Amino acid sequence: MIELETVTPFFADKQELLREILDRYPPEGRRSALMPLLWEVQRAERHVSEARMHEIAEILGITVTEVKGVLSFYSTYHEHPVGRYHLQVCSTLSCALAGSDEMYDYLVEELGIVNGERDREGRFSIQKVECLGSCGTAPVLQVNDTYYERVTRSRCRHLIEALRRDEVPEPWRERGGDNEGPEKAAPFSQGAAGAPAAAGGTAAPARGEGGEG
Amino acid sequence: MAEGAPVPPAGEGPITSRHDPRYEVTLYRYVGVPGSHTLDFYRSHGGYEAARKALTTMTPEQVVDEVKASGLRGRGGAGFPTGVKWSFMPPPDGRPRYLLCNADESEPGSFKDRYILEDDPHQLIEGMIIAAYAMRATYGFIYVRGEYYLGYERLWQAVKEARAAGLLGDDIFGTGMSFDITVHRGAGAYICGEETALMNSLEGLRANPRLKPPFPAAAGLYGRPTTINNVESLASAVHIIARGAAWFSSMGTEDSKGTKLYQVSGPVRRPGVYEMPMGATFRELIYDMAGGPTMEPKAFIPGGSSTPMFPWRDEFLDMPMDYGTLAKNGSMLGTGGVIVIPREKCIVNALYNLVRFYAHESCGKCTPCREGVSHWLPLLYKKLVDGLGTMEDVQLIEDLANNIRGTAFCPLADACVMPVQASFKWFRDEYEHLATHKVPKYPKSDWWQA
Repeated sequence: MIELETVTPFFADKQELLREILDRYPPEGRRSALMPLLWEVQRAERHVSEARMHEIAEILGITVTEVKGVLSFYSTYHEHPVGRYHLQVCSTLSCALAGSDEMYDYLVEELGIVNGERDREGRFSIQKVECLGSCGTAPVLQVNDTYYERVTRSRCRHLIEALRRDEVPEPWRERGGDNEGPEKAAPFSQGAAGAPAAAGGTAAPARGEGGEG
Repeated sequence: MAEGAPVPPAGEGPITSRHDPRYEVTLYRYVGVPGSHTLDFYRSHGGYEAARKALTTMTPEQVVDEVKASGLRGRGGAGFPTGVKWSFMPPPDGRPRYLLCNADESEPGSFKDRYILEDDPHQLIEGMIIAAYAMRATYGFIYVRGEYYLGYERLWQAVKEARAAGLLGDDIFGTGMSFDITVHRGAGAYICGEETALMNSLEGLRANPRLKPPFPAAAGLYGRPTTINNVESLASAVHIIARGAAWFSSMGTEDSKGTKLYQVSGPVRRPGVYEMPMGATFRELIYDMAGGPTMEPKAFIPGGSSTPMFPWRDEFLDMPMDYGTLAKNGSMLGTGGVIVIPREKCIVNALYNLVRFYAHESCGKCTPCREGVSHWLPLLYKKLVDGLGTMEDVQLIEDLANNIRGTAFCPLADACVMPVQASFKWFRDEYEHLATHKVPKYPKSDWWQA
């Protein structure tokens, strides 16, 4: 491929990082570095291109087909660039009960793209994903690597508006259960104004009856 | 308890209730406390003293025996006795020996491990040091699901802190023990929760499960003796060593000891994770802890999406949440992730959601799962949900589920069809309604808050 001749290798100026990643695994497990290497590329370039697959294959001494085989097995690696803000909508049962289908429809309408697409500017892309392990704080919307939890309609609107201005709001760290208790879902205020939600935990919190929803 | 229910007695017999004054939170004691993920915090609260105790005052065999005596059973879902699993490791012969932590929490309805990774990573590392000592493991890996990025970062940070403090590396506590940990980030595949698939994934292969035997203790990661434990199991080991097996086994029921991280999601007042003694009832979890349903309920899933559901009846709500009781009632404790299903949610729609999940996560290795779970089941469900299904389709779904059961290479296909079978057992009328009327009995399917 011609592309291969012209692209600067990703790890060319990152030899130290490359060595650090390879050293995480024992000599008998050199190939284990495959997933971390894919992650490094993807986090920087929002996808893993054919050229990068060749480069990684060469580093590990395996074939490009093997790299592609692994990459395509997992749902969070992308062969085509995703948006600057990759919106991952959890659609499994607990989130579905809490409105994730409606949230997805809202995003589709708002952004004009559907599952698997990226908008023309390259700002947003949407992916429907399976259970993100945020069932107690459903519904959850993952933006790149960050969880936004208990995303109500108004929170969702504020989040999208903020991202359109390239402002990334601090996520509310919410936990539910023992340490957070009930919380009123409030809209994200403008800019980075996430409430420090981790406060108030105690070893065995006294629990008032009833509470509120 | 719910109104009018008797208050459980305190002071006698094993602790099975959060209301027992002898009970205290252990696994989750620092979760939610600001700064709890740092080594300074952990050590200033007595952290790593259990590991020190194990390494400096006990032999590896004594540690294994203590964990066996505690009655701890695997918290990842299968419930295999942890101490027994540890004793399967062959005697050291100079080859590398691996300890893997399964932090690929991805069973729908489960979200307990995540907060340990994020808020108390040192507790997990301490548990791994203890386990590694017991099994004479030479190296450890924590396989974290790709989506738990905060947990992944905090784990790495914790590993680096522990290395700098001499808690990982060579000559730990001056005992000559060498052990270190690598944190490995997955990339979104439910099948990696299956231990042999996890090993393949960690080796840089597609995450297809392997044929057993050989079991991991004989030939696991890179073909070496390997043991895989869930996050919660390893964290529990810390407290078993710190307080003794007798303390741990003073809580729970006959076949299920200690505390467990139960989770509740769905329409309840306070969804979340609650640490309770084994044998607490669903009613205690859902009503006392989570504040009760906010919509009229009709069913609940007892332990993550793979576990067959129960209808909302007193006889089921009052069951103790332990391994034996749930097995006896045709379900499983699983991960302890309870999902409450409101009356207004069409069961066929709910099952379609779950079937779609398993269809997406099927690895494609074996025929029953690839063709049945990944292709035909979601297709038939969609037909029904779209109002195009007939009674023959309903019958076909049930036949498929019955015939896939027990025929697949790994447990994923059973995890899909057992909930389907349970939905037929309790809510057949909703399938029939949908097939004959072409519209669901309950048309609204989700409730997004404004």
